[in-house]
Amino acid sequence: MALPPPDPQFVLRGTSAAVHTLHFSCGGPEPDIPLLFSGSENGFIHVWNLKTHRVATALDGHGRKSVYCVETMGGKDRLLSQGRDQRICLWDLAEGRTSVTDSVFMEHVGFCRCSLLKVAQGRWLMAMAARSLEEVQILELPSKTLVCTLKPEVGAKLGMPMCLKLWQLNCGSQPVLLAGYEDGSVVLWNVSTGKALSQLVCHQEPVMSLDFDSEKAKGISGSSEKVLSIWSLNEQQNLQVYKTHKLVNAGISDITIRPDKKILATAGWDHRIRIFGWKKLKPLAVLDYHTGTIHCVSFSDHSNPWERLLAAGSKDQRISVWSIYAQT
Amino acid sequence: ICFIPGGLDCSISFVSHVLGKVCIHGRQKEILGILVPRLTDLTRSDCIWQRICWRLVECVPDRWMEAVVLGFVQRAPGADVLSRLLGNLVVKNKKAQFVVTQKMLLLQYGHATAVLQNLLGYLSLDSLRRTLLLRVLQELLETWSSSSAVKHSPPEQQLYISKAILICLSHLKKPEIESCRQELLTSMMEGVKCHLDSSLPQLRRLGMVVAESISLKINTEGPVLKFEYEEDNETRELKSLLVQTPPFCVVPSLPDDDRSEKADAALPLSPESDEKPHTAATVMPDEELDAELDSDDDLVPYDMSEDKELKIKAPVYIRDCIEVLTGSGSEDLDKWAATVKALESLVRQNPAAVREVSVELAKILLHLEEKTCIEGFVELRQRAQVAVLTTDPIPVAKYLTSQFYSLNYSLRQRMDILDVLVLAAQELSCPKFHGMTKHSGAQKPCIQLLSGSDSTKDWRRIVDERIKSKTWRFNMGQSRVEPASCPNEFNSVAGHFFFPLIQHFDRPLTTFDLLGEDHLVLGRLVHTLAVLMYLAVNTVAVTAMGKALLEFVWALRFHTDSYVRQGLLSCISSLLLSVPAEQILADMTEELLETQSWLGDVVEKDPDGDCRRLALQNLLLMENLKKKLEAVPS
Repeated sequence: MALPPPDPQFVLRGTSAAVHTLHFSCGGPEPDIPLLFSGSENGFIHVWNLKTHRVATALDGHGRKSVYCVETMGGKDRLLSQGRDQRICLWDLAEGRTSVTDSVFMEHVGFCRCSLLKVAQGRWLMAMAARSLEEVQILELPSKTLVCTLKPEVGAKLGMPMCLKLWQLNCGSQPVLLAGYEDGSVVLWNVSTGKALSQLVCHQEPVMSLDFDSEKAKGISGSSEKVLSIWSLNEQQNLQVYKTHKLVNAGISDITIRPDKKILATAGWDHRIRIFGWKKLKPLAVLDYHTGTIHCVSFSDHSNPWERLLAAGSKDQRISVWSIYAQT
Repeated sequence: ICFIPGGLDCSISFVSHVLGKVCIHGRQKEILGILVPRLTDLTRSDCIWQRICWRLVECVPDRWMEAVVLGFVQRAPGADVLSRLLGNLVVKNKKAQFVVTQKMLLLQYGHATAVLQNLLGYLSLDSLRRTLLLRVLQELLETWSSSSAVKHSPPEQQLYISKAILICLSHLKKPEIESCRQELLTSMMEGVKCHLDSSLPQLRRLGMVVAESISLKINTEGPVLKFEYEEDNETRELKSLLVQTPPFCVVPSLPDDDRSEKADAALPLSPESDEKPHTAATVMPDEELDAELDSDDDLVPYDMSEDKELKIKAPVYIRDCIEVLTGSGSEDLDKWAATVKALESLVRQNPAAVREVSVELAKILLHLEEKTCIEGFVELRQRAQVAVLTTDPIPVAKYLTSQFYSLNYSLRQRMDILDVLVLAAQELSCPKFHGMTKHSGAQKPCIQLLSGSDSTKDWRRIVDERIKSKTWRFNMGQSRVEPASCPNEFNSVAGHFFFPLIQHFDRPLTTFDLLGEDHLVLGRLVHTLAVLMYLAVNTVAVTAMGKALLEFVWALRFHTDSYVRQGLLSCISSLLLSVPAEQILADMTEELLETQSWLGDVVEKDPDGDCRRLALQNLLLMENLKKKLEAVPS
């Protein structure tokens, strides 16, 4: 008989609002404190100290509008946050500062989280939804120059971009973007040429979230329906459906693959976190702790494998942190 | 060593001694490698050689018996061959018996599955030896089900024992299983418990597979134990042991055995003849196969049995339902949806509670609007309404009929009222269908929700059937089995349904004028009245209803809308069918004669084809009636 699923290692309370986004920053050497950044519906970004389980700092930069994306840029001192006030803010958090150094005004009003990719030392590419309905813009940070605009062809009827992922196979190669759209399709874009390389209809409903494993050229997407879709990228840069997995309850908000590519976690509308093995999508665990829709899941970037954690932020205003399959 | 064929009566014992000595010195492989195939060939069809062989092994001194027997069992290419070579040695020789039934099975566990197959197959092939087989099975099961064995013995041994059990099971015939069914069941229960308690997933799986197999064997029909576990090579192999495959070379079977011989064609593990005795590692070849699964296999899934569909619980009490349905705001739309879905069954299950709040519920339902998209909302609402109406007919009917004529309702709502009344009336008047809205297939007179014209077709069918049935009874008496009778619940309430509806039809209201623009509703009303009339057969109020209906029809008979006229004609049909002939004759003769002339007019002059048909139908009914009355001696 299988063991019952574990309980969360600890739970972070105190956001006073639904948690929409999470990002770990634990990779620094000792004596750096492992941190967790969370963005909430009340516009605050909380910086949690994972040793004391308390809020170290609260950042208020989005005019009390919901923060739905938080990412670090090369370390815990530089933070990027995206809010419903149509701003993407860049923060300088070194030495205790909490100031916004720069911001990008987004013309897009929506919920599509931006995607960051480090292309060189001090240079990042950021993909975000653009003003026009179906477009995605790629900006270079910190210069904020527009690299390209990815426009689907006329009549493609993809709808809004729902989720983005920028990646490159290795440091020198072309960056590419995977975008999931409202009509349920995932499109692979070549950032340099601005052309779509491949399009695959993965779902009948909007793609809510996707993640991609560049080593195995395999990705997974979740939607508001009951199906998880796993697709692969072949040598011709074509997307093909690899397999699908049917879930018990419909609705996935977020999917993330652990950095070691062994397991992945999904955040469900049915208040449950599901863990799957990445290799064969073998269901491993269902973590049932939250009492509201889970909006985000994130794996930590601890250098020591045994310390690895999984965090989930939910509408019930709590962040649960789990240690699961850390020994493998 | 070669044997001299022929009928030489030589003493075998010397050879046995030699054999034994050689074997005990560990040279089994060499000597038996040559001996066994030779003997296999020789004993294939020659009984004398078989006997020689048996003598050979029987004469081996006890102290060397073990080595020899072990060697034979391992080297024989199949159970049948072993049987030929050893004969009933195990029965005759105590040492051999011990080796075969105890030592090799319970004390050692390094042998290949093929060896097990040989051994157990051998035991099963002769009726003398079968008792040993049963005993062996019992002992194996005892070990398997003993909790200390499960806890302390190595997994390889447990796998070995499990395999042995499965092979034994595969050899057992039905009567034998029957005889030891009880023990099998007991050991299975014990064993499963111990195995599932174990913290090694492999042992748990072993337990599950064996238990499933035992259950399969003892319950050949009926529910069988089924566990949820992941199939892998090991479990598949174990399961394959349960089924014996016939050998690819046909060997003449022993005289007292009517079953096919066994062989291990299925197992790819190891060919029998040229084997070294295996060590524990190879008993578990499955572990190597795991290598290709690598990292995923380290990840042991947790128990996910709690992961079920998220079901919003609907309230269990009627009053809670009322709260949810009247609750303000978009609070919990899931709960609202669940309540709407569950309402009908709740109402039917709690009639007493419903009677306390029936009118309130009816009011809520009449005004219920779709807050969030539910499949089949309209039907759900209607069914709930029908349920409420049938549970507490009189007050709710009063309410509904009064609302029919009230201000500020939409046409849709008024027609809904009519539909609900009809469905409820139908349910109440049908015998034995308590609480079920499905009615007997023969009659389906529900007024269709959407298109009014369909109902006339239904009516035709019903009227025809009714006529047919009446004629039948007249001529041939009871030709059908009547369903179980019970009081007609519609009896007491028919009037409450009917009269209020018919009362105010000529009183126009600001928003509702039946005789004016709203002739669609009028048409529906008329049809409803027809149905109610029809369903009121055998009720006390039927005559009064009939009279009122006749008047009603008379007042409206020249209506311009043909749908209304069809309805009126249906009313006449229902009337003629429902009101007992004597009553018609007594109370309504004049009106009926007038109606008859009207009907004649309709048949000739009415522009609408359906009307003409219906009118003709009615005239025929009247004729029938007359004939019936004339036929009955007064």
